[in-house]
Formats: sequence, C-alpha cells, structure tokens
Amino acid sequence: MSKLVLRRLDRNNEEMLVNFGPQHPSTHGVLNFLVETDGEVMKRAIPDIGYLHRSLEKIGEMVGYPGYMPYTDRIDYLAAMFANEGYAMVVEKLIKVEVPPRARYLRAISCELNRIASHLVSIGTMATDIGAVTPLVYALREREIINDLLEALCGARLTYNYHRIGGVAFDMPEGWRDKVLHYLDRFDSSVQEWDRLITWNEIYKKRLGGVAVISREQAIDYGLSGPNLRGSGIDWDLRRDVPYGAYPDFKFEVPVGRGWTGKVGDCFDRYYVRVLEMAQSSRITRQALEKMPEGEVQAKVPRKIKPEAGEAQSRIESARGEMAYYLVSDGTERAYRVRARTGSFMAMGIIEDISPGLMVADLVALIASLDVVAPETDR
Amino acid sequence: MAQFSFAFPKPGTKKLLLGASLAGAVGIPVLLACLLVFLIPMVHKPVFDAFIREKLGHDPSTWAGTQWTYAVALFLAGIVMFTFAAISGGIFSWYERRVAGRIQSRIGPNRVGVGGFFQWIADAVKLLFKEDLIPAEADSVLFRAAPYFVVAGMTLVFVALPAGQAIVVADLNVGIFYILAVTSLTVVGIILSGWSSNSKWALFGAMRAAAQIISYEVPAGLAILVPVLMAGTLSTQGLIQAQGGWPWEWFFFRNPAAAVAFVILFISQLAEGNRTPFDLAEAESELVAGYLSEYSGFRFALYFLVEWANLWIIGAVTTTLFLGGWQIPGVTAQDWAAVRGTGAFPAWGWWALQFVSLGVFSLKTLLQVNIIIWIRWTLPRIRVDQMMQLCWKYLVPAGFLCMLFTLLWQMVVLWAPLVEKVTAVVVFAAFLYFTWRFLKQTRDNVSLIAHERVDLSNW
Repeated sequence: MSKLVLRRLDRNNEEMLVNFGPQHPSTHGVLNFLVETDGEVMKRAIPDIGYLHRSLEKIGEMVGYPGYMPYTDRIDYLAAMFANEGYAMVVEKLIKVEVPPRARYLRAISCELNRIASHLVSIGTMATDIGAVTPLVYALREREIINDLLEALCGARLTYNYHRIGGVAFDMPEGWRDKVLHYLDRFDSSVQEWDRLITWNEIYKKRLGGVAVISREQAIDYGLSGPNLRGSGIDWDLRRDVPYGAYPDFKFEVPVGRGWTGKVGDCFDRYYVRVLEMAQSSRITRQALEKMPEGEVQAKVPRKIKPEAGEAQSRIESARGEMAYYLVSDGTERAYRVRARTGSFMAMGIIEDISPGLMVADLVALIASLDVVAPETDR
Repeated sequence: MAQFSFAFPKPGTKKLLLGASLAGAVGIPVLLACLLVFLIPMVHKPVFDAFIREKLGHDPSTWAGTQWTYAVALFLAGIVMFTFAAISGGIFSWYERRVAGRIQSRIGPNRVGVGGFFQWIADAVKLLFKEDLIPAEADSVLFRAAPYFVVAGMTLVFVALPAGQAIVVADLNVGIFYILAVTSLTVVGIILSGWSSNSKWALFGAMRAAAQIISYEVPAGLAILVPVLMAGTLSTQGLIQAQGGWPWEWFFFRNPAAAVAFVILFISQLAEGNRTPFDLAEAESELVAGYLSEYSGFRFALYFLVEWANLWIIGAVTTTLFLGGWQIPGVTAQDWAAVRGTGAFPAWGWWALQFVSLGVFSLKTLLQVNIIIWIRWTLPRIRVDQMMQLCWKYLVPAGFLCMLFTLLWQMVVLWAPLVEKVTAVVVFAAFLYFTWRFLKQTRDNVSLIAHERVDLSNW
C-alpha cells in the first residue's frame, strides 16, 4: 500500500479502516480499496492501484512496432481485441497505411464479438456481486461460444493478438460466417432471457436503482467514457460520433441511460446500458457479415517498420470506454513513447468521490457497475 | 467443443458404484426412518415400560437401576435425533448442489457415487483431515468454542420438533416457545466467532448476523402466535392435533391471517437461517465469508452442517404450525386410538401408521426445503438497511395485524363455526388457482427457451 494513500487517512477518528482487497472476492482482479466505515456506512473508499502494474507502456519502448502487438492483449484481458485495434490504428496513422476494406470489416466483427463477451462477463459478475450466483453461469455459457468462435478465427481464446499493423492476421475460416450468424440468432433470444432471469427482478432493481448516482457533469469532469458515460445519460459513442474503421457502414443505435429504476446515472443504468449494447453489437456483427467485401486482409507494410519522427493518436470505443493510444516516434525502429488511455483508470478515479455515504454492499455494486478491470487501470 | 468423458478404473466398478449409491440413497433414509419410528416412541415412559414388561418379560420397577435405564434410552434418542439432523443436513447439501447445477445449466457433483450422492461424505471427510487452524491473533478459547454454540442451537431444536404421531423426543407443553428460544443460541455462537476471529470482515459478518437474527425473531414470534391462538396450546403435538389431515383442515387455510402469518414466518426463518436473500452475514461478494472467514477444517464444516440442518428445521416448524404436521388425510384421533389397541404396548398397525405419518411430515417439509433451495439460487441478496426495513416496517406490523385479526377471528368462529369451513374451502381454491398459475407461467417460460422440451436427462 503506497505511503501516499496512507498519508491521506485521518487516524484520529472512530471509523474502522478496512482493506477491501487485494484478495477480496468482488474486486475484479487485484484491486485494493481502503474503506473507512462507520458500521455499514462508508465514510469513503480510497482506491489503491498498482498491484497489476507490468510496465506495459515501457515495454512498448523496448520492443519494435510489430512486436508490441501481443503485449497490448494484456492491457485488458477481457477485451483484448480493442487494445489490438487501437494500437494497430495508431501505427497505421504513423506510417500512413490504408487498411483493406475486408480487414476493416473483420476488425469490426472481432471487436463486436469481443464486446459482447466482455459485457457478458461484466453483467454476470455484477449479478454475482449483488448476490445472485446463477446469472454468471448463463453469461459464461454464452461467452464460451464466442470464445470458440474467436478461437476458430485467430487461434486464441483470451489474448487474441489478431490485429496486425495494416490489417488482420487471418481471413475468416470456411463456414465461420454461418456459425456466427447461427450463434447470433441464439444470442438475441438469450438477451431476452437475461431480462427475465435477473434484470427486472425486484430485489435486483432495489439494490441497483438510485445507488451511486453519477450526474452528467460529474461523468464529464472525471473523464468517464463508454457505457459508464452513457449510463449517466450522455449520448456519446466514438463508433458513431468519431467514426473509424468500418463503422460508418453500419446502422446501430447508442443506448443511453434513462433512469429505468431511479435516477439517471445510477448503477442500474450503467448495468442496463451494457445489456442493450450487447444487442446492438449483435446487430453490427450481423450487418458486417452480410456486407463483407472480398479482397485482401493485409495491406502492404514494410518488413521493417521505421516511421519518420512524429506522433500519432488513435481513439476507439472499447468495451470499457474510450481507449486511446498516443505514440511518439523518433525515427528509429522502436517507439519513443507509447501511451495507452483506458476507461477503467478513469472509472477508478471517480470511486472515491462517489463512495461517501454508500453502504459497504453498495461499493461492490459501484465497482461492478463501473466494470473496472484491474490490468487496465495499472497497465 | 471438447467432449469430456470419465473412464471408470475397472469394468465392474460402475455396477458397484451404482449399487452402492442406490443402497446409500435408499438405505440411509430408510434406516433413519426406522430408527426414528422404533426408537423415539420408546422414550415415552409407558411405552418403554410396556416394552420391557411384555417383550422382555421383566418388571422395570423391581430393577435397581431403573432410572438409569430411562436415562440411557433418552441418551440413545438424543443420538438418533442428532444423527438424523446431521445426515439430513449432509444429504441436503448434496441435493442443493444438484439443484443448483440444474438451475445453473450445469451438472453439479457427479463423481463420488452415481449422481455424486456420496459427495457430502467425501466433503465431510476431507474437512475432518484439514488442519484446524487458529489465527495467531484470535482469542483461541472463544474461537474454538463458538461452533459448539451454533451446533447446540440447532440440535436442541430437535428435542421438541415432531416428525410423526409419536415421534417426538419430548412433547414439551411450551414446545414452540422452547424452539424459538433455543434457536437464538446460534446468535451467541456467531457473535463469538466474529469477535474472537479478530478479523474485521468476521466482525462485520457477526454484527450483521446478530442484528438480523434478533430482529427477525420478532416477526417470527408474532407469526407463531397465530396458530398458537387458534390451537390454544404451545405444545408442538397439541398444535398438530388441533389440525386435520386434509388441506382444508390445516391452519394455513382455515384463517386468512394464518396464510399471511405463514409467509411472515417463512421469510423470518429464511433470515434466521441466513439463507438467500438474507445471507448478508456470509455475503461472499461483500464480506469475503463473513463470520466464517477465519475458520477451517471441521469447525468450518460444523457451521455448514448447521446451515443445512436448519433447512429441515425451517420446513418442519412451518409444517407443524400451519400445514397439518403429520396428520394423515382421513385418519382421525379415534382411528389412531383404535389402531393402537388396548394393550399397554402398541399393536403392529400403530407402528406401521407411524411410518405413514413420518412420510407425510417429511413430504411437506421436503417440499419447503426444495422451495428454499430454489429461492437461494434465484434471488439476489438484499442490502442490510433493506433487510431491517423489511423486518420492522413491514413484517412486524403485518404480524401484529395477523395476531389481532386472529383474536377476532376466533371469536367469530366460536359464534358461527361454518365461517371457518367456508374460508378453508375458498382459500384452498385460491391456493390451487395460484399454484396452477405458477406452473403455467413456469411452463411458458421454459417453452420460450426450450420450445416445449424440458430436459431432465442430467438427473
């Protein structure tokens, strides 16, 4: 535990100081919160991050441009496709390579399938944290098939390393298209099943509705993005508002929190936005598979990538909000600086200011609803 | 997708396992039932005396150590009840995991015996062999003692809990009051375990559990008063004798307030037994494992033994109070007396009828156990303030109203007994209607997903 965090504690009061983590069942990954509580009511919860720090940004300066691709998987193990795509896009900007249309579509398909998988884990663990153990198993059952599909596409189930600078690693295998479409038919009905399984459960609504409300202004001030931002009622999605890749070709809606069970921006809104987003992802994947153009999946990229000195930035809509890469090149084969901006880190920042007055059980709901993943905060 | 197969070590082993599992699944309950039916009625002095006099040909009053004989018989009965509690708790733990497997679209334990039936024995043996770890900073004496309070709180209930017409160790005249009182002993154990663990999470869990159990005893007590007022007795056997075998003779249907009181009592007992949605004390996602956090080995197993044995208690108490207990439909008190015969030692027919009454009681209880397990794997957990609100804002006032209504109701029934019969038929019809609605809804839900196909092949 860092001294910086400890210094901020006031030890001359009556509150109990509890270490919420790093080995706590409901801190997703290795997170630690220093929780000052007065009985069940929290005074505040201070996030203490860094347990999963693996110098991923520094590694980007040590290995070459193509060699960094597998490391990006580890930034967010639940949604590795996005980290892949963000990094591929930023290098492409730097060396000015145009990605072939088929590769763009494959990127969109793999990302959207990955988004569904990531959201399934998010809402499944959310239900588990609230105390309903059953929905997680249903979520993982659906995710398992996505894992199988992505394994067929790129050979890996978790850390995909699928995207390449200038395209993707492999074209889709024979018969894969029909398998995905068949699965999506099944998945659309399972979203409805999810509604009946847990979403509109009275206790579940009571536990999440009106809890840990993040207002529009707060959400913007703290730099929240993705489903957390949209849960607060702000209609902002990079796929639609700053389109990249193949996304301009698709029609989809951006679900926004409406205060379904209480106030706009409560835990339930953040939760339900994710459920609705899964249906939209399914819709995008379907369109992409139908409109899939023929052609190459990899642009011509020099064997040795040696961009001119300069800098580039890319932004994509990850499952955990905006993922941005900032890359500085000094003209050599290795990057001068790689910087990844991730959604979870921003989400961690807001916890301390939202937590005062919440119950200990609400802290669990808050962490789960922000969908914080530890490696993404620490990198 | 990978197909998993399990190869049995030898060709004959599968048959052996099947035989052993079946023998266990059938044999253990049958053995328990025989023990209950033949040993527990013996505890009652007249039957015991008659047994010695008629079957063994001795006169107990001439023996030197007569009192000791009775003491030994009582001790045996105590062991039988304890075994019953422990084994039913173990079997429930297996059953719960099987049901959870079905609910969660997976298989559940299926390795130890066919259908994983011996899983509970394997788990208990495993936990026995584990190190009995006591944290260095813990208050070691209290830490070791705490599980025994919890176990005592559970087992003492079985003294007054009936399971058949004559199957009750002691038919206390304050039976239900006694049950309510000894259940509270678990709180002592839980607070001790939370405090002595010297862990903040354990303390959290203990405080939650204490607040919860003590609070929910109030609505439970009020709900229990309703059948007590209707029967005019606190004795568990007396309460059952005041009801009849047919559903419309049960307290549940004879008084609208009793139906409400049943729901209140059921919810309160879920809370007292720390079952979902009231499992706040051991809420895994919030408090790691609550007051159990620091326990390991057999002391840990004892807590879970109590939790699962409590399932039987929850079902048995509501069955006794509201659902007619062991009363067999169509068999009246006169029939029981006729079957018993005029001799001091009951005739064989009477013992056979005891089996039937035990079966009726078990059926009602196990149905409720099943519902409790369904609830556990369906519902999320409520928050601690919501739990308190539910208790003091809704259940306690509702319990009071039920009690007051019952007082008036008993006067009305005294004045016009027909009212009770009409109500019973109406409430029973309503109950049947809602059961039908529930089953239809379930069927519709299933057919939406499975298209008319209900897959039970996993069992």
